[in-house]
Amino acid sequence: MTAIESTNAHVHDLGMPAPDVTTISGAIDASVAANGPKQTALKAKDLKTDQEVRWCPGCGDYVILNAVQSFLPSLGIAREDMVIISGIGCSSRFPYYMNTYGMHSIHGRAPAIATGLAASRPDLSVWVVTGDGDALSIGGNHLIHTLRRNVNLTILLFNNRIYGLTKGQYSPTSEVGKVTKSTPMGSLDHPFNPVSLALGADATFVGRAMDSDRKGLTDVLRQAAEHQGTSLVEIYQNCNIFNDGAFELLKDPNTGPMWTIPLVHGEPLVFGPGGASCVVRDDFGGLRIAETNQVDASQIVVHDAHRDDPSYAFALSRLSSQDLRYTPMGVFRKVAKPSYDRMMADQLEDAAAQQPADLDALLAGGDSWTVS
Amino acid sequence: MTGTNPGISTPGISSAASGVAPSMDPAVDTAVHSSAPGGLVKSVVELDRVVIRLAGDSGDGMQLTGGRFTSETASFGNDLSTLPNFPAEIRAPTGTLPGVSSFQLHFADHDIMTPGDAPDVLVVMNPAALKANLPDLPGGGLLIADSDEFTARNLAKVGYDSNPLEDGSLEKWQLVSVPLTSMTLEALADSGLGKKEAERSKNMFTLGLLSWMYHRPTEGTVRFLERQFRRKPQIAAANIAAFRAGFNYGETTEAFAVSYEVKPAPMAPGKYRHISGNQALAYGIVAAGQRSGLPVFLGAYPITPASDILHELSKHKSFGVRTFQAEDEIAGIGAALGASFGGALGVTTTSGPGVALKAETIGLAVMTELPLLIVDVQRGGPSTGLPTKTEQSDLLQALYGRNGEAPVPVIAPRSPGDCFDATLEATRIALTYRTPVILLSDGYLANGAEPWSIPAADELPDLRTEFATEPNGEDGEFLPYLRDPETLARAWAVPGTAGLQHRIGGLEKADKTGNISYDPANHDFMTRTRQAKVDGIAASIPATEVDDPDGDARVAVIGWGSTYGPIGAACRRIRASGRSIAQVHLRHLNPLPADLGEILARYDRVVCPEMNLGQLAMVLRAKYLVDVHSHTQVRGLPFRAAELAAVFQDVIDGTTGTATTLDTGSDTPAQTGAAL
Repeated sequence: MTAIESTNAHVHDLGMPAPDVTTISGAIDASVAANGPKQTALKAKDLKTDQEVRWCPGCGDYVILNAVQSFLPSLGIAREDMVIISGIGCSSRFPYYMNTYGMHSIHGRAPAIATGLAASRPDLSVWVVTGDGDALSIGGNHLIHTLRRNVNLTILLFNNRIYGLTKGQYSPTSEVGKVTKSTPMGSLDHPFNPVSLALGADATFVGRAMDSDRKGLTDVLRQAAEHQGTSLVEIYQNCNIFNDGAFELLKDPNTGPMWTIPLVHGEPLVFGPGGASCVVRDDFGGLRIAETNQVDASQIVVHDAHRDDPSYAFALSRLSSQDLRYTPMGVFRKVAKPSYDRMMADQLEDAAAQQPADLDALLAGGDSWTVS
Repeated sequence: MTGTNPGISTPGISSAASGVAPSMDPAVDTAVHSSAPGGLVKSVVELDRVVIRLAGDSGDGMQLTGGRFTSETASFGNDLSTLPNFPAEIRAPTGTLPGVSSFQLHFADHDIMTPGDAPDVLVVMNPAALKANLPDLPGGGLLIADSDEFTARNLAKVGYDSNPLEDGSLEKWQLVSVPLTSMTLEALADSGLGKKEAERSKNMFTLGLLSWMYHRPTEGTVRFLERQFRRKPQIAAANIAAFRAGFNYGETTEAFAVSYEVKPAPMAPGKYRHISGNQALAYGIVAAGQRSGLPVFLGAYPITPASDILHELSKHKSFGVRTFQAEDEIAGIGAALGASFGGALGVTTTSGPGVALKAETIGLAVMTELPLLIVDVQRGGPSTGLPTKTEQSDLLQALYGRNGEAPVPVIAPRSPGDCFDATLEATRIALTYRTPVILLSDGYLANGAEPWSIPAADELPDLRTEFATEPNGEDGEFLPYLRDPETLARAWAVPGTAGLQHRIGGLEKADKTGNISYDPANHDFMTRTRQAKVDGIAASIPATEVDDPDGDARVAVIGWGSTYGPIGAACRRIRASGRSIAQVHLRHLNPLPADLGEILARYDRVVCPEMNLGQLAMVLRAKYLVDVHSHTQVRGLPFRAAELAAVFQDVIDGTTGTATTLDTGSDTPAQTGAAL
């Protein structure tokens, strides 16, 4: 109580002498000036809160939460420098379970809120946790604009291809013909491919991972967190209540290797049991699947996530169909480009160097007159 | 160059004085003296006030011309008030009625409150401007027309069968038709510019002529043109040449036999400038950042008539002001709220349609109890409505336009210059009480200008606040929803502060801990606490000022926002006619001042003029059970003082008949004390 009382004792005391305006902003300025978040040693348990996790038993979100809590400490970022902003939906409860700063905001708007935070506080590590409905339906506009601006954010898009919190309507990633409560005769909507969408918006980092694949998920998340600019990671996540088994084709040890194309930068795109399948260029500048023993080794595409032109990564993203066959997993694109927050900070510095802030001079303007 | 009214070209007292300002107060000081510039004998008539309206095509540069004339007038020391009036279309088809743009300036040798009910002088650059504005020019008023533009084609565009400049239909007015375009071309014959480009300087020729007529200083405009076109010296030179040619034309032509002097207005000693509402508001935001010590973050989406604030703030990055042009209105406020969470002064600027889109995020700010400034520069509604016209119809949206019980403080400035102070006050409330605050400006304040006494930065309110830095719970934990017992504000702990990690959000918060809570008693308690916090702001609001010089008024008029000028001018007229009236003008719309109910109860009748259909009147009736007489108008234009005075007189007299003894001209009682 005393801390708050003393806080407010200073609020708006008109009787005080003119304030020294540098003192209060000093804390933020100093940390903004520093190069990124401070480094500390953390353990997974340090990131847990006292809040009971309230996802349905068996939900894929548990697996993702555990993976994130286990891997985050390895980034060496202090937990007070991490902020998780979410929208609305099952996945958006995520911030409550992380002992960092967090905001569980409103439906679809997390990227916008996180943009304001990240743009004004480049010293923080800002994360967005969202779902397919939150990010791609009500919040689609914010998502694409955040990606094109390249604000320094890491966006985790939990895609379960269903609306869970509102109890089972089809989502913008549900397959055509899906029968749900709101589509008893099957969905008519053609779904978004989130990776294609992000690449269309010229996202500088796009990856995809599976909730149950701890190693693959951690690898993509690490690269995403280290990326300067907006990283989008699509995480396939099983909703065992309303869309159970949605990704079974890829998870099943028998079928998974057949339909999953692992993306490793610098490695040939060969996959399937015994490396039977591969990715080659087609006659139209795109990519297609081939049988490895039917093509010359030189025809097999070597994965290059650093290509500046996003059309290669886009072609990769188009290999998979609605039924998940030939799904590339890993990092599609990772290119260096100045981040929005940094460029904004640079403009402020340049402006301050050119013209010192003088409020009296600003208020007086150029055309004043004096009455005596 | 044809002065169709012979009277105007005859040097002499009577024709000149009555010819220019017959609609003004008859008791105007008409001291006349003669001078002999260029060998011509010219009279100088002294006036106490003039209302000039410039009207032309959207592409004719009327707003720029009006702005320059305003600057000249301000630096001369007159009191002034302006009313820009332009279409929403950027370039409506040339020469048509929808494309007419106008700028009205009222300047005086005394304190004035409005841009004037009707012009004394109307300058029209084409037939469309004449057709659109003539109905507002009282009989006998001076009408200056660019005769070059009254071509058969232009006349036909607006339905004139014959040329009104020549067919005698304008006999009722003092018409001076001047070939402004061709004289501009003549003046620029050696400029090297093509005809089309040279023609564009006709607004500067006109400004030169008016500057001569009203003895305006010219150096400022020359400097302005040099600065504006510093990368195009040929254009700068042409505009300056046209400006000087217009001035010299006035001095030498026989068409204008008199010029006019309006002496500087007595003002309190100090340094002044002229300022528009949007500019003052933007400066208020910069100043709020400086005085709070917080970096400013503006998230905004372009919208008329608020965009100028975004433009202005974008220039002031050296003050640590970040401006973010968002993808939509929702992202604008979202980013501002995100910045507030991070310890910035988050601001979003918009107009009514934008506020509608931002409503959900304002609710989130109410729930998360973060400081946030939402600026609504109101325009005509509903829907897209009248984007460039003024209205006060967002009051109820500001007060109530959200889901749930979501109280938000609402503040309204009363004049262009007051937008600065109101912004500081809105920021004080936002920071002290950790709450979103809505600042309700409007199109009239935004674009209107007035002289402004420049404040000293170090005398502005101290807006410093402090972030939480230590745990505040008994067990060493941090309780984000533990409140200051006096203000009920919660602690503001910003990311980066070790040990104070916490989560906030839109779900109902448990008292103190801020954890999610669905507990019925907690929701009831928190809902009432949020309301009590906003209600409690009333304790920090100064006592309501009642302007009743005679102290015996039985009728009070109450208003808010930009109606302050017209209401004040109308009250002056009432008092000058020997009656009493009290004026109360609200700055705080939520919470209302604690003493307001008691004040309203003192009067037999309370009148409330508003540019909506009675929104404040409804609130006052509901809250105080006062039988408020609501007088409303939604024409997209400010009230006229004369109309309001008639309404007030009706109420005072307790009659429903028409008031008749009020003059429709001056803002103020005659200096000589003659009948008003």
